[in-house]
Amino acid sequence: MQQSPVMDTGSSTLVSRPPDALDTVRHARKAGRARAAAVGIALTVGIAVSFAASVSVGDFPIPLAEVIPAIFGFGSPDSDFIIRTLRLPRALTAVLVGGAFAFSGAIFQSLARNPLASPDIIGITAGASAAAVFIIVMVGGGGVLISLGAFAGALATAILIYFLAYRQGVSAYRLVLVGIGIAAVLNSVIWYLLTRAQIWEAQRATIWLTGSLNGRGWEHVRPVGLTMLVLFPAVLVLAQPLRILQLGDDAAKGLGAGVERYRRYLILVAVALAAVATASAGPVAFVAFVAPPIARRLTNSSLTLVPAALTGALLLLVSDLVARLAFRPTELPVGIITGLVGAPYLLWLLARANKVGSGG
Amino acid sequence: MSTDDGRIHLLQAQDLTLAYDKLEVAKDLSLSIPPGQITCIVGANACGKSTLLRALSRLLKPHKGSVLLDGESIHRMPTKEVARLLGILPQSPIAPEGITVADLVARGRYPHQKWFRQWSTADEEVITDAMVVTGTLDLAERPVDELSGGQRQRVWIAMALAQGTDLMLLDEPTTFLDLAHQVEVLDLLVDLNRADGRTIVLVLHDLNHACRYSHHLIAMRQGRLVAEGPPQQVVTETRVRDVFDLSCRVVPDPVTGTPMVVPIGRHCNIGGEKPAASGDEQSTELASQQEQVHQGRA
Repeated sequence: MQQSPVMDTGSSTLVSRPPDALDTVRHARKAGRARAAAVGIALTVGIAVSFAASVSVGDFPIPLAEVIPAIFGFGSPDSDFIIRTLRLPRALTAVLVGGAFAFSGAIFQSLARNPLASPDIIGITAGASAAAVFIIVMVGGGGVLISLGAFAGALATAILIYFLAYRQGVSAYRLVLVGIGIAAVLNSVIWYLLTRAQIWEAQRATIWLTGSLNGRGWEHVRPVGLTMLVLFPAVLVLAQPLRILQLGDDAAKGLGAGVERYRRYLILVAVALAAVATASAGPVAFVAFVAPPIARRLTNSSLTLVPAALTGALLLLVSDLVARLAFRPTELPVGIITGLVGAPYLLWLLARANKVGSGG
Repeated sequence: MSTDDGRIHLLQAQDLTLAYDKLEVAKDLSLSIPPGQITCIVGANACGKSTLLRALSRLLKPHKGSVLLDGESIHRMPTKEVARLLGILPQSPIAPEGITVADLVARGRYPHQKWFRQWSTADEEVITDAMVVTGTLDLAERPVDELSGGQRQRVWIAMALAQGTDLMLLDEPTTFLDLAHQVEVLDLLVDLNRADGRTIVLVLHDLNHACRYSHHLIAMRQGRLVAEGPPQQVVTETRVRDVFDLSCRVVPDPVTGTPMVVPIGRHCNIGGEKPAASGDEQSTELASQQEQVHQGRA
């Protein structure tokens, strides 16, 4: 009999749920989370080991057995000083700065659905750098003033990029393009400032620009530590809407997410993280850029925030160890080591993007 | 598999004028989506059909007029509340790199989640049923990137289903699929409509599919509503000429009896005129074929 499929009022052909279907779904969803948890634990162990190494080795090696009492001030006066004033704040800065950069990069990259959209490529850290170099060269300021300037510079740049990219909402692609343009402008500002500088200031500025953990004390740990304390829960809460934003603007709106509102919150959090990290250690190259993709490949999941932060912390900690030990007694700025890791990755990414015709 | 609140909801448009920036795309559209039925929006490229669907699903704010969901303006309702009543599958949703099928489908539960009430067994049952119905359960652990186009589209429909809404709007769900997968997706939509009386609205390019798979057709041309009603009433030879600028024959679909549009094109001869570029033999052959078609109609 001829009949239109929609007119047939016969019984439904929908299949009913097989008995083990729920288990299949549960298993599928658990598998991913179990792997992420395992990766998280492995990274944490890695951080603990490198942290111990970082406070123990150096020109004045302190055996691990003496490190722990020294941390709490019960060691010999020498090791107390070396651990509590020199090595502990330095290692803590590495962990916190690495984590903050990686968090920031992970948020930006997932928001923009583009691995190139990390704060060190779209001009956020360039804004911090320009402001810091301005303060070093033109104002002659140091320490706290540089940190404050870097923070303000990053924030101002982010606001500028947001408004330049805004056209009835911010499209991810425009954000990256505008950001790369702004980064180029800011880099010429930096170079202009350096040509105006005295040789001593220029050297100070250059070391700052490379990103270094040398001589980091508790005054560097505190701001980034407090920021992480406040923003870490914020990132966890915003992870859920971020998962929805990843589906594209239309699908996210269809699922009832306030797309533009959450995008603003997420950008704000990511900028603040990149800004304090830069303020504490300078624009350490490529940590925000490489840590999240590494974490994603390790966990094999579509959104990795905490594993990315752990990867960033481990990356910076190990890079700093290498920077301290590789050419003893000369100490390299840590940014050189992270640059050596990050630059080949950027090249690989660009080569791959050319092949498949997309941003990766 | 049923909808979350089990009620039927009414979607209407009132004097809609739709525009992108300053460019007016559609004007004075008023319509009511028949509840519990499948409605197809058809029309030529750039006639505003996808724009209308975007407005109906509150992705696009109308320039003038309003979209009413159960009598209330959809743009004034909290967007998460709308998402519990109306699901939308956009034309090109993005699967995040590396996401598995089960995780993607689970994201459809977002409108039902609050920060204090995260994931429940009920959610798990809903997504499981959505995957069973769409035949994607076996793919649960697979990354979405690795699926074929047809499988991927079924996964997205499963995500929209997981939303548990009575109203489902789909923007060209069969584009980029081969014929077999197109039919598979459309059959699935009919299943969903029949099983729970779900109201389904879709934009379709293929007029013959639209005739076969819908209760109600909405035909648009240059941003205006030209005709609406059951396919048998809407699809006539003159109307297809008006809406698509296409000469055609409309014959009964040999399988379903619904109207079937057979385009004529410039090179086929109709009504005794000589075709431009073909020999006499071929034209005779064509004429006899057309004769058979006429007999078939009678």
